[in-house]
Amino acid sequence: MTPPKTATAKKVDIATARAPRAGSEELISGSEAVAHAVRLADVDVITAYPIRPYDTVMQYVSQLIANGEFDCEYIVAESEHSQFEIVKHASAVGARVFCGSSGVGWLYAFEALAVTAGLRLPMVAMVGNRALDDPGAFGVEHNDALAVRDLGWMLAWVATAQEALDTALIAYRVAEDKRVFLPCAISCDGAFLTHSQSIVNVPTQDMVNSFLPPYDRAEKQLHPDNPITIAPQANEDWVMEIRRQSDMAARRARDVIIEAYDDFNAQFGRGGEPFIERYMMEDAEVALVGMGTLAMPVKVAVRKMRERGKKVGFVRVRWFRPFPTIELQDALSGVQAVGVIDRDYSFGASFFGGVLANELRCALYPMANRPAIVSFIAGLGGREVSTDNVIDITSKVLDAANGGDIDDQDTHWIGVRE
Amino acid sequence: MSTGSVEVVYRGIFQKTLAKNICRGIVFAAKNEGKIGIAFGRYSDSPERNGIPAKQFAVVADTEEEMEEHLSRYEPDNNDVTIAADDTLCKGVESWAWYGLQPINKLLTEGGTLLVASTRSADKLIGEIHRKGKPYNLATVKGTASFSGLWVYKDDHTDVRLLGALAKVAPHLVSLDSIVATISDPLKVTSAKKAYDLVESVSVNTDQGNDEVPFEFEMPGWTKMEEGLVIRGMAGQQEVPGRDGGYVPTRNPTFKKFSTRTMRPVVNFDTCTQCKICWLQCPDSCFDITPDGFYDANMEACCGCGVCEAVCPVSQCITMVNEEAFTDNAGQWEMWTKDKESYSGWLSEKISQPPARTHGFHHLGQYAEEIANDPS
Ligand code: SF4
Ligand code: SF4
Repeated sequence: MTPPKTATAKKVDIATARAPRAGSEELISGSEAVAHAVRLADVDVITAYPIRPYDTVMQYVSQLIANGEFDCEYIVAESEHSQFEIVKHASAVGARVFCGSSGVGWLYAFEALAVTAGLRLPMVAMVGNRALDDPGAFGVEHNDALAVRDLGWMLAWVATAQEALDTALIAYRVAEDKRVFLPCAISCDGAFLTHSQSIVNVPTQDMVNSFLPPYDRAEKQLHPDNPITIAPQANEDWVMEIRRQSDMAARRARDVIIEAYDDFNAQFGRGGEPFIERYMMEDAEVALVGMGTLAMPVKVAVRKMRERGKKVGFVRVRWFRPFPTIELQDALSGVQAVGVIDRDYSFGASFFGGVLANELRCALYPMANRPAIVSFIAGLGGREVSTDNVIDITSKVLDAANGGDIDDQDTHWIGVRE
Repeated sequence: MSTGSVEVVYRGIFQKTLAKNICRGIVFAAKNEGKIGIAFGRYSDSPERNGIPAKQFAVVADTEEEMEEHLSRYEPDNNDVTIAADDTLCKGVESWAWYGLQPINKLLTEGGTLLVASTRSADKLIGEIHRKGKPYNLATVKGTASFSGLWVYKDDHTDVRLLGALAKVAPHLVSLDSIVATISDPLKVTSAKKAYDLVESVSVNTDQGNDEVPFEFEMPGWTKMEEGLVIRGMAGQQEVPGRDGGYVPTRNPTFKKFSTRTMRPVVNFDTCTQCKICWLQCPDSCFDITPDGFYDANMEACCGCGVCEAVCPVSQCITMVNEEAFTDNAGQWEMWTKDKESYSGWLSEKISQPPARTHGFHHLGQYAEEIANDPS
């Protein structure tokens, strides 16, 4: 095992420390992994404002800077709104930027978040998913990041620290592609990912350089030599055309994401399938669907069910925007029933389901043999989703597959005290 | 079973209350006759900056269904009556949801009436109003552009006078009796009745009026627009077509502002010292630079704010003149270079027609003077 980061930083030859030739294995948390991705992406401007659990990233980034391992403009703003406004402007002048927040901090920046997407600025942000106040709670819920799902933000959910690092690099490549120019948020489950350490391969600078080209805003860069104005007042005679352009960018993002994963897999020997992860789906008769670190108890439960002879599989949604409609139709076309586990809520929604359940139901609706969909809400506020919980969920889905009397017109709350 | 509508074109923000009072009067009068009425506003620029042409509509219908049908359009395009509350609007307006100059009679139905508050003759007004493919009537109520209803300005009865005249030209919409029933002040009732009696109407045929084709432009589609809300800066200086030397400063050629104008500057090039202060201070970059170093206010771009007159250090070198005194947007420097003597005569003649009532900054003490000189 390599020594912790502070020890490596003491090396005199900073250039060598920054670019070990073969990559290194490090024991780091998801937040540290994102901080390393930010360093490797050679981000120019970073703004910070503390809120748990995102603040771990700002701590690790500042540590990298203090150790001389990383050089960037690092600005601590006086609020999340300013934090996101500053990087928005920096991005417009051609700086690669990084930002992040959690829970209500992310929502406090909402105005800046909306215009960042509207202006087609390729900001990459990390959301340390956290329950929205009130009640004040530190634990994970996905409603914070999901709040921007309609605005043009690309949204990825990761399950491991390795995936957090890799996805951050992919995010820069996709967001800064001229065909896209949309911001991207990487959602990391608070505590379960942001504060849990695991062994992560940190690639070399050379490897990253050959994967990630420099950010080039070209003729859209705000610069005295390129006199342009951005963000004008535009009324009903322009707005619809502008929205249509963003719509097309979000559509084009699909192909760009696929290209990026192809390249990443080829160069780094990992990365997996873009958009979704399929776990034991080859012969699955029922499937569970979820996002983020939920994958861990779900995979354990899937294996246990398999031991009992039940053909259960799991599909982890890695990108929520653009939504992987085609991939999910493909992955779920053979199953009889699907159980969707939402770590979020959408009070008063169709069937009182969560955001993922309703989005998935919509994606599968045109399929000729669409599976039954049972919607579950679990793990709110960071509550543990245990293997037993998932086994309980799976039994209900199997019941639906076998024409049992489970109510698929309702949403089932799992692990809630009656 | 029928519907009818009235379009009130006015100058924001000064005539907003006036327009609102007229539309309210129509709705209440319609109610008195057992009909349904609705009033709504449309503005072409962010809520009614000084002098911006703006509109309010009043719609009258017998049934809810008819009303709904009428309201399903953003701008009713077949109005029985169009009221121009300021006669300089007769030159056309850059209207909401209209890309270019909209003739003042554009949304008037065939045989409808354009009702204008003006002291000018019908002939003069017709000369300014764009030709319409169909015959219509032009009615005038004697009066200057009223600011009635605006904060400190006193009520000059323009609202009820236009309502009285409306009852005369469109009795099928509202009758004089039902209009009068909405007015509580007996003096204002008299004004409404007087206007009903005195309003003059002439018919305008298709071959009468200004035959200039009003400017229009195409809006690009989303595939043609630059992405990312980017608007390219323009070349700093553009050549003046047909002029050898000089240049046009950076200016959007599509967004013209002259329909906002109720007065315009005239420049005395004989006394101008070429100090360029007007050029610097004009908020709309109106001054083209001439080959011999003069500053020539471009009348397509000028919104008539009066700043240039206020800042010009040479006494009476720039003078604001009532927009009524002009029939085109011709350049002044060209006229002056061609024949300086006749330009001097032209200039004195124009200067003798000061703005009737300005909606822009003119000079210090202007408000006090206007109140003192107000004949109403
Ligand atoms: S009145 Fe004078 S300052 Fe105002 S827009 Fe016209 S030219 Fe410019
Ligand atoms: S401010 Fe007056 S004197 Fe100076 S350039 Fe303009 S018109 Fe001439």
